[in-house]
Amino acid sequence: MKFLCRTFGGVFALAAFPAMSFSVGTNDRTVITNGVVLLTYPRPTLPMVYVSMRIRAGSVFDPQGKTGLSSMVARLLTRGTRNRSAHDISEAIDFVGGEMGAASDEDYTLVTLKVLKKDIALGMDLLSDILLHPAFRSEEIERQRSETLSEIIHDKDDPGKVADKRFSQIVYGGHPYGLPTEGLETTLPVITREDIARFHETYYGSNAAIVSIVGDVSVPEARSLVEKYLGSWQRKEVPPIAVAQLPVPSSPVVEVIDKDLTQANVLLGHPGIRRSNPDYYAVHVMNYILGGGGFSSRLLKNIRDERGLAYSTGSSFDAKYAAGSFHVGLQTKNSTANEAIRESLSEMRKIRQDLVREEELQEAKDYLMGSFPLRLDSNSKIADYLSYVEFHDLGLNYFEEFSRRLAAVTREAVLNAARSYLYPDHFVLVVVGKEAEAKIHLDEGSSVTSR
Amino acid sequence: MRSLGRFTTAFVGGLQLVMSLLTTETALAKDQEIKEFLLDNGLKVILLEDHSAPTATFQIWYKVGARNEVTGRTGICHLLEHMMFKGTTRYGKGEFSRIIAKNGGNENAFTGKDYTAYFERFASDRLALSVEMESDRMQNLLLDEREFQLERDVVKEERRLRTDDDPVAAVVEEVYAAAYKVHPYHSPVIGWMSDLDAMTVEDLRSCYKRYYSPNNGTIVIVGDVNTEEILPKIRREFGKIPPGPVPPRVLSKEPRQMGERRICVKREAQLPFLMVAYHVPNIGHPDEFALEVLEKIVSQGESSRLYRKFVYDTQIASFVGGDYARVSADPTLFYFYGGLRPDRDVNELEKGIQEEIERLKNEPVSDQELEKAKNQIEAAFIFGRDSNFYQAMQIGILETIGVGYRVLESFVPSIRKVTKEELMRVARAFFTPENRTVGVLIPEKKEKSGSSGPGF
Repeated sequence: MKFLCRTFGGVFALAAFPAMSFSVGTNDRTVITNGVVLLTYPRPTLPMVYVSMRIRAGSVFDPQGKTGLSSMVARLLTRGTRNRSAHDISEAIDFVGGEMGAASDEDYTLVTLKVLKKDIALGMDLLSDILLHPAFRSEEIERQRSETLSEIIHDKDDPGKVADKRFSQIVYGGHPYGLPTEGLETTLPVITREDIARFHETYYGSNAAIVSIVGDVSVPEARSLVEKYLGSWQRKEVPPIAVAQLPVPSSPVVEVIDKDLTQANVLLGHPGIRRSNPDYYAVHVMNYILGGGGFSSRLLKNIRDERGLAYSTGSSFDAKYAAGSFHVGLQTKNSTANEAIRESLSEMRKIRQDLVREEELQEAKDYLMGSFPLRLDSNSKIADYLSYVEFHDLGLNYFEEFSRRLAAVTREAVLNAARSYLYPDHFVLVVVGKEAEAKIHLDEGSSVTSR
Repeated sequence: MRSLGRFTTAFVGGLQLVMSLLTTETALAKDQEIKEFLLDNGLKVILLEDHSAPTATFQIWYKVGARNEVTGRTGICHLLEHMMFKGTTRYGKGEFSRIIAKNGGNENAFTGKDYTAYFERFASDRLALSVEMESDRMQNLLLDEREFQLERDVVKEERRLRTDDDPVAAVVEEVYAAAYKVHPYHSPVIGWMSDLDAMTVEDLRSCYKRYYSPNNGTIVIVGDVNTEEILPKIRREFGKIPPGPVPPRVLSKEPRQMGERRICVKREAQLPFLMVAYHVPNIGHPDEFALEVLEKIVSQGESSRLYRKFVYDTQIASFVGGDYARVSADPTLFYFYGGLRPDRDVNELEKGIQEEIERLKNEPVSDQELEKAKNQIEAAFIFGRDSNFYQAMQIGILETIGVGYRVLESFVPSIRKVTKEELMRVARAFFTPENRTVGVLIPEKKEKSGSSGPGF
């Protein structure tokens, strides 16, 4: 499952706070004795509590040949503990109208809980039980394996997902980021109970967990809840996520997946940047102007507004912990795929060629800074955001820092970011569509692989 | 991927989350004060102050949707919605979006079978912009011929993306078309492809003239807003717009269905999909609450009946659900659906769903199940208040379809009164073979190297 990443909007998840309306003081960040990092933001207006946990146990740690392991572990958490069956768990949370779920992403496993205030003790008790005492019973493992395998088959009817999986696989090469978190038809069958138990034993440590609690709860209340329900959680020697260097293709890699579709689903891109890259902010602004800025972006104006070629198009830098990728995505009728690809490349070239207009730069900054209150106007948005900031170690002053860094971006910095991080001659192009109608070719006549 | 663009709710995207969002009631507790005003020209203004975050949502709802369209001319409302971003006599093409964005706002619009609505979300100090720009495009839309041609191409791409290339969405479209023969719910919001081809800019112009008037609209504002500040601005900008003609009423009524209807869609797909739909009453009918509770019992959470039986126990299906599209202007559908696992028979799923339906008719649900469903509805009602946008959407829909937002006050108490006997009575009354439309997706595998597509 992909959360913030891999969507065109992903980059938007990063926004700053106006200091006057939102700030996180040091009191709201606590590290409890076993290393759990707790971030609390009390919002007493509604009698509900939202808890978001990020555990450093993502698919980036899937061993070779066991793709899907972290996801299996995450999905099995709610499928039975030492004292509760899968049904006991779903019945307990459903009965109070709450929601609890666990899913793995590339960098972390996300566990969330949403309950009414009156049910917070029950919710925390369940959360603690699924994290600390999962049973991983064989019949549940088999059930989960079969469920996931059939979902993978259903996903083949979603051309966007088919394109995304293939694109990531090529861009990330052999790195786990390039493989689907839910696993592969070839790897899921070979995952054993022992693999699952060992993964949990290795990576699910208290010191690998970030907990954000937002809603009708005070800072001391949140702290005592976490101490009570997660206090017995053991530390683990969790390895750090290793930084990866991705090779940039020496010439365009083009792959067409033939399906009986009316549209060609196009993904075009290449390796990108890590979240910790110091040029992140200039890249962020540059991408907003190129294709991240929705109806204001150059790609959308060209491909949708001027040519009527696509309903949706945009670009995104997906900046993960160890590495990242860049892509332009669009869907257009098969017969206009080549035109849309050509225009996408031309926009990439243009923003590398000339300085963006002063007005464009200003409007990008105005949007990115002015829209941040919208990113933080609900309990779940605030909790997910706090966890994100902590996970990437962006610091408690990140909210001011973001605005400051954004404000400092100049037209020259944007040009420099485009020249450094866009490669219009070294890209991966994946097209899922009707090959006979799309007739994909690049002007330079490079080779096209079809599957 | 980010659904970027003017989006279309209801049936266009298949079993869309939007539908369940709108049927899961939320919002309004007694401590919230909704204020309502009626301008002299007939425009209704509804405000809900909520100062928990420094943001606000502005929405303007027009009482027009696919429901108001006729054969051969479907998709007009939705395409007109797209054209509302293509310039007025005051602001050029794209200016609307540009001005909103540089003020840190998000904007979009959506068209459903019963409504067309436009919205902006802002930091609260920018809200006046909505007033100025929405009042402008209520009266001064350009509807340029060249822009129309381009945008029609965009909408055709949208149709390909959402329906034509999505096997499940294609089945949903067919089921509605079969279940409704007379009433305009027959046709998809996005329109049939040949209707899009046949459409002219004049069609849009007459739709705009007929329906985009203050007396056919409702403004809803929810969030960190001060009524004393914003209301005079609304009166000033919208108050000067003269009322339009009274739009014609939709008189079409779907006759009682006299026997099962079945459709099948054969196309390249991985696995079969099944949908079983029944005509049921919509909001405003006394049985709406029992139907809502039934939906939760069959479908809400992993402990619900369908999930437990078909995904967890028998493992026939990958996903299953039930959906009651309650908030609707005219009588609606309650449907059950499921996607098969490999090597399982779609008839097995249909038979199983039928058994579950018979159980609802013949056995009272347990006390625990009934209480759980009611708790789920009440909790969702409270969770929904965590979003300005969602609350505005609820108020806007209820006003637009004519029942009014005040029904929200009695919603949870009415749900609490539902009895086991009522559930059985309602299931017996509506889940009959004569009233059923069944849709099946039958995959046709492409004959190419014997495999089923790319190997990942």
